[in-house]
Amino acid sequence: MSERTKKGSGGEGTGAESAPVHHDDHHHEASFWRTYVFSTDHKVIGIQYGVTALLFLLFGFTLMMLMRWQLAYPGQAFPLQWLADLLGPDRMPDGIMLPEFYNQLGAMHGTIMVFLGVVPLAVGAFGNYVMPLQIGAPDMAFPKLNMASYWVYFAGGVTMLVSFFVPGGAANSGWTSYAPLSVIATTGQTVWLLGMVLLITSSLLGSVNFIVTIIQLRAEGLTFMRLPFFVWAQFVTSFLLLLAFPPLEAAGVLQLMDRLAGTSFFLPSGLVVSGVPLDVAGGGSPLLWQHLFWFLAHPEVYVLILPAMGIVAEVIANNTRKPLWGYKSIVYATVFLGFMSFIVWAHHMFLTGMGTTISTFFQTTTMIISVPSIVILTALLLSLWGGSIRFNTPMLFALSFLPMFGIGGLTGLPLGLAPPDIHLHDTYYVIGHFHYVVAPGTLMALFAGVYYWYPKVTGRTMNESLGKIHFWGSFIFLNGVFMPMFIQGLAGVSRRLYDGGQIYAHAQEVLYLNEVMSVSSWLLGLAQIPFIINFFMSVRKGKKAEANHWQATTLDWSATTSPPLAHGNFETVPHVHRGPYEYSVPGAKRDFLPQDQRAEA
Amino acid sequence: MEIPYTATARPDTGLYNGKLGIWLFLASEVMLFGALFSSYILLRVGAPVWPHGSELLNVPLATINTVVLISSSVTMVMSWASLMMKDFSKYRMYMGFTILLSFVFLVIKYFEYTSKFSHDIFPSTSTFYAIYFTMTGLHGLHVIGGIVVNAYLWGPGNKMWKSDPQRFTNRVEIAGLYWHFVDLVWIFLFPVLYLL
Amino acid sequence: MEGTSVEAVRKTVRTYIIVFVSLMVLTLITVAVSVLHLSIGMAIAVALFIALIKGTLVAGYFMHLMSEKKLIYSTLILTVIFFMALMFLPISHALDNLTR
Repeated sequence: MSERTKKGSGGEGTGAESAPVHHDDHHHEASFWRTYVFSTDHKVIGIQYGVTALLFLLFGFTLMMLMRWQLAYPGQAFPLQWLADLLGPDRMPDGIMLPEFYNQLGAMHGTIMVFLGVVPLAVGAFGNYVMPLQIGAPDMAFPKLNMASYWVYFAGGVTMLVSFFVPGGAANSGWTSYAPLSVIATTGQTVWLLGMVLLITSSLLGSVNFIVTIIQLRAEGLTFMRLPFFVWAQFVTSFLLLLAFPPLEAAGVLQLMDRLAGTSFFLPSGLVVSGVPLDVAGGGSPLLWQHLFWFLAHPEVYVLILPAMGIVAEVIANNTRKPLWGYKSIVYATVFLGFMSFIVWAHHMFLTGMGTTISTFFQTTTMIISVPSIVILTALLLSLWGGSIRFNTPMLFALSFLPMFGIGGLTGLPLGLAPPDIHLHDTYYVIGHFHYVVAPGTLMALFAGVYYWYPKVTGRTMNESLGKIHFWGSFIFLNGVFMPMFIQGLAGVSRRLYDGGQIYAHAQEVLYLNEVMSVSSWLLGLAQIPFIINFFMSVRKGKKAEANHWQATTLDWSATTSPPLAHGNFETVPHVHRGPYEYSVPGAKRDFLPQDQRAEA
Repeated sequence: MEIPYTATARPDTGLYNGKLGIWLFLASEVMLFGALFSSYILLRVGAPVWPHGSELLNVPLATINTVVLISSSVTMVMSWASLMMKDFSKYRMYMGFTILLSFVFLVIKYFEYTSKFSHDIFPSTSTFYAIYFTMTGLHGLHVIGGIVVNAYLWGPGNKMWKSDPQRFTNRVEIAGLYWHFVDLVWIFLFPVLYLL
Repeated sequence: MEGTSVEAVRKTVRTYIIVFVSLMVLTLITVAVSVLHLSIGMAIAVALFIALIKGTLVAGYFMHLMSEKKLIYSTLILTVIFFMALMFLPISHALDNLTR
């Protein structure tokens, strides 16, 4: 890494176009550990992030499939005897799930999916692997920090897994960890907080690295308005992570103090637990936790969604063979979205006795922030107009993102206004809403990304037929899981109910939906099998992919081999001459003009 | 292929990578301490009574600590300026002073803490003490972090002065920016906790 | 600051000394004022005002913010805006509470 080859290889100054880079043949043969485990190469780290995050997604999904048994058939013994035995009598005596275990599953499903699954996949994996390639950079700006970021994330993940085995089991106060419940909860909560501190640290390391890389290491000629939208999405996302996560870190420290040092930051005076007054100084504020938590957790929603939009934009532009419709408006909308996401957080808190002044403020900002989302979605939709669309697997996933995110976004509007929120708050409607954003929305986009960049990463393509089975299975059953939630929620069924609402009279009419959702979720699990087979089989058996498999314009495809060179990515330093999506330019020989190609004569 | 702009500035931004990186990191630190100050305000406004810091805490010791930390900031910036003037031995001296002063800060902090503990005063005693111990404790951790970095640059890390003086000067500048930030936090912590 | 001449650095050293002395004086003033036992509102205003001046001196001169690049300014302005949101919105919620 430290070979000082030649000056100006980064293209500073006026420079010759595509200056050749010396390849030192005296690379020390890196050891196995340095190459595959403690690598500082952004591509290896991206793959590490990707595989780890996919495993966590599967694990978090498994937790949810367990929960769905209890919701569909409350109090009945679990049919897979061996699994019930494995989980043991502390969790499932005689195969019947204990309420405590149900709560652990709920809290950990949320935590794992958001912090260990989707974000590491969207940012850690795709961002790490693709972004430096798209901007023509040899690596991230700080490769060692990049490696540290992955290993701290890994440690955080292990911590979360370990928490299942401490006395009392894993955290069980919901992924939001509302105080004071979380402060008096079992040891698992302490481990959860430690895990979160690690994950936050990892995010901070990553986001600093991303921002510096995008600003400093862009290839010559690659101005900000020539950046592929995916890079813009990662850029704004990194700012959200950088500035929104620290308050949660502070809140985590305060809650740790509450739990370990006996302080009462979040414990009000006169708290009585199980009939016994709590022996603490008191004087704290439970609302403080909610403020600090949602200060992160609302921007976090956009951390989940923006990279997904970035992937969808790339795939759509490529497969419609047309430029993105309104590239500049999408970019400005994204920046505005990122900015606004910091001042809407208290719409999660309308029911905390908020007065009209502040509630009006947050209702207004919430309505405003829906505008840029709609701008982006509309632009992506209009991009399809008049294109000769290639319906390959990544495109199918990307296309499904549009209506799914649309449903997720639009169902959010009533929740952003206090009056309907009073009815809908903490019901299954909310669960349905944010799952539509994250699961059929973001996850479908992430799958699109996996199918789209797989040829670049491995040099081989994934099987199309298996991909299409995976797509239709996922698409149908995701809706089967989440659509009924709106109906249940509108009927007033609360979330986090151990028996799925059986004891409530108002829930009786919609109880049958529990079984529909549960069966859908298990079928959804089956629908992932083709993906898993495809993912592993294609590494060896897939068709060999060309360097520019999709005939794309961005640098990640046009200027590298598949897979890209291990050190430095590029054979020659790319020089950018044009915008990111010059497809079907009238008069051009081919239907795409790569960014690093000079004007045709 | 080498990563560009590790030592020299990128022409259009005028910055080298590390400098942008540390400022972004400091931005996140602003939000971290911002959240703590925000918590302080919220808890204080919600409390029926709030003690006057000077009646419970040791103001003279804290004043000395303020002086110590500000002095360490000056020696830190002087150590960087010495490198800019290519005077390595002066750099060693000033950096040495910086580290020494940060230890003095911690020692005084230690006496402050232990005298509280010996009077059976702990974070759990009251919300005031809770926020006092948490904020100064977190600040103390930042001081320790600064000592580690500065000690590395004073000792083993200074070899880079021979091989790549520009990059080494950059490193000292970055460490300095961090250290001044730690000083800056204390400048606000001191009146907020001790004087109000 | 790279590329700054030795002479220019020497001049800034003088500035550092002046800043250092001002910081010391301000520290003494803020302690002295606290002994006066002003009304709490006044005391907060004075203490924060002095802290703000001291902070500005440190950031402006020791951290060279007086002559920094545009990119750093934009980052910090963004941070300050969100910092303000974090400071004032929770407290306005607390003051606007229905239960009060």
